Amino acid sequence: MRVLVAMSGGVDSSVAAALLVRAGHEVVGATLKLWGGSGDSGCCSVADVDDARRVADELGIEHRVFNFSEEFSRDVVEPYVADHAGGRTPNPCVECNRAVKFGHLAVRARRLGFDAVATGHHARVQVAGPRVMLRRGADRQKDQSYVLSTLRTPDLEHVLMPVGDLTKTAVRELARQFGLRTAAKPDSQDVCFISSKPSEMGRSAFLAERIPLHAGRVVDVTTGAELATLDAIELVTVGQRRGLGAASGERRYAVRVDIASATVFAGSQADLLTNGVAFGARSWFDEPLDAGTAIEVQVSAHGEPRPAVVTAGGVEFARPARRVAPGQVVACYVGDVVVGSGIAA
Amino acid sequence: MEHSGPDGRTGSRGAYLDHAATTPMRAEAVAAMLPYCTAEFANPSGVHAAARRARRALDDARDEMASVLGCAPGEVVFTSGGTEADNLAVLGVHGRVGGLVVTSAIEHDAVLNPARRVGARIVGVTAQGVVDLDALALALDETATLVSVMAVNNEVGTVQPLDDVVASVRRAAPRALVHSDAVQAVVWRDVAVELAECDLVSVSAHKFGGPKGVGALVVRRRAVGALGAICAGGGQERGLRPGTENVAGIVAMAAAARATVDERAGACARTRRLRDRFLDGLTEAVPGMVESAPRDLTAPGHAHVRFPGVAAEELLFLIDEAGVAASAGSACSSGAIEPSHVLRAMGWRGPAVREAVRFTLGPATTEAEIDFAADVVAAAAASLTGLDAMGD
Repeated sequence: MRVLVAMSGGVDSSVAAALLVRAGHEVVGATLKLWGGSGDSGCCSVADVDDARRVADELGIEHRVFNFSEEFSRDVVEPYVADHAGGRTPNPCVECNRAVKFGHLAVRARRLGFDAVATGHHARVQVAGPRVMLRRGADRQKDQSYVLSTLRTPDLEHVLMPVGDLTKTAVRELARQFGLRTAAKPDSQDVCFISSKPSEMGRSAFLAERIPLHAGRVVDVTTGAELATLDAIELVTVGQRRGLGAASGERRYAVRVDIASATVFAGSQADLLTNGVAFGARSWFDEPLDAGTAIEVQVSAHGEPRPAVVTAGGVEFARPARRVAPGQVVACYVGDVVVGSGIAA
Repeated sequence: MEHSGPDGRTGSRGAYLDHAATTPMRAEAVAAMLPYCTAEFANPSGVHAAARRARRALDDARDEMASVLGCAPGEVVFTSGGTEADNLAVLGVHGRVGGLVVTSAIEHDAVLNPARRVGARIVGVTAQGVVDLDALALALDETATLVSVMAVNNEVGTVQPLDDVVASVRRAAPRALVHSDAVQAVVWRDVAVELAECDLVSVSAHKFGGPKGVGALVVRRRAVGALGAICAGGGQERGLRPGTENVAGIVAMAAAARATVDERAGACARTRRLRDRFLDGLTEAVPGMVESAPRDLTAPGHAHVRFPGVAAEELLFLIDEAGVAASAGSACSSGAIEPSHVLRAMGWRGPAVREAVRFTLGPATTEAEIDFAADVVAAAAASLTGLDAMGD
């Protein structure tokens, strides 16, 4: 097959490319330029492009840089900013995968005559008869199916994730065996377009440049008594404990954020518990599941799965659990198979 | 020319249409430089016989460049290339005499970035990519010390009206020096005549068959004293450009310049005919194609076009696989294609900016290359347009 492999310059996509070459495919590497500027730490810094290009050289394959920065700005960064302005907690990596890697890049690959797109995600794309399945990666600690959970069957029909069957340790070992320079490169962690340098104030500075940040107050969710004030209501996420000015001994958490009145309702850990989550938007990977179907849900990239059942407008947890911040992606699984997702309302 | 294919296969057909990026070295230049890479390696500043031979070569090259560029030998300052020559002009003048720098919005970054650093006033261009002379006149005043306008634009290929620029500057800003980045002009224009009134002129060897890493700034008498070095070191190049001279490169540049200028008239006519043949062929094969600037305003080697609905990155990918080398916009340090500031200055907005592709021919481009490239480009544009219509 002729395969376009998205190479971030990290070890996973390096090994993905190497495995495809070893399997005899005709492979071309592409690094996506998504962002510029000081926060450019993740997928698209010059150093990472250099690593990707040199790995491609080591593998004897062609390498290109595709500039998707306009698409990334429009489809990932702008919605991220708008979500914060609306008091929601977005997950830009999920959107980047859906809109850019398995959207624009996949469309381009098809136009350029490729049979498939490959990535270095720790997840498994398996063809089962006429169907495609998305399963958790073999390495449960590194599993990335969560950030892919808004994809749907057609998105994955021509997708390969060659390292999904491997543990991270095995990936690094293979990288060493292949002699790839990225074998010991640390994993990237943060949101790629936001600087992780402490001096640059990260997310708050990023948002402050783009939307007005409003002062707000923190009130007790039960009594309504004002507990504190804060500088930027847009930066508060449901479930967060820091920055709420809780002076007393009891730990206080943001239970609900009301942007319109610039109010954070704070309460105890018990107040944070809830029975389920309603979805503002839902997508099924393939066939919709009936209400009442038992599933597991995961509400953050590396969170623990919780047992739940499908409801008409979302999911109900089997046991009360921490509430999900509006805007967060809720990935739904049956076993280790992704069956769909929802955006918490 | 024969080129190897994208994956190193030899013997496959190809076409190199990226001469504005760089040119293959001319045989004359390679032959001229080799002795100075080997036996005649001495430092021209030395006091021994070998050094004197290197000095002689350097002086001969300076005479040759002066003759080609229409100045006195003492007015040629050798640099490491076009970028350094442009920086020396802009920062060298501003650093010495201060004042206002005025430049155009379609300059190469080698002019724009140093100009921005010193707070330059930046003048717009017409939709055809020619500096707006009315806007220039408005931008000029008595405080201006340097006005920099390129001779031929590197992206769309438009020839700039330097005579009018000089006249305007002499009238409205009598103190100001005029600099012209002529990096793209040497192959196609008679720089010695057309830029005779410019006080400072930048050239770069690898754009006309010389090696990379060598260029020159012409510093005409009027500019002497108004220009200081921008890096400190020895006294080479009359103190304006310290550092041991790149003798081999300079000798090669002079040989390339001489050969280029001697053949220029014929090369221009031949290349213009090939360029027009290329554009005419594409127009016929891809009816939607749009030429970015009128042909009579552009240098003979430039064919800058867009195919509506076709992303330049995708077109370049496909034609590269077929063995045709071309370019789009300018590449950033990561190798990604960045939207062109030149096209934005010409008023382009939206998707068009990312559809523009530049094909640039050189004096050695053949009819076979042109016909091959036209076929490849037409096929690529057709396939991308067709799929796009079906797209999701």
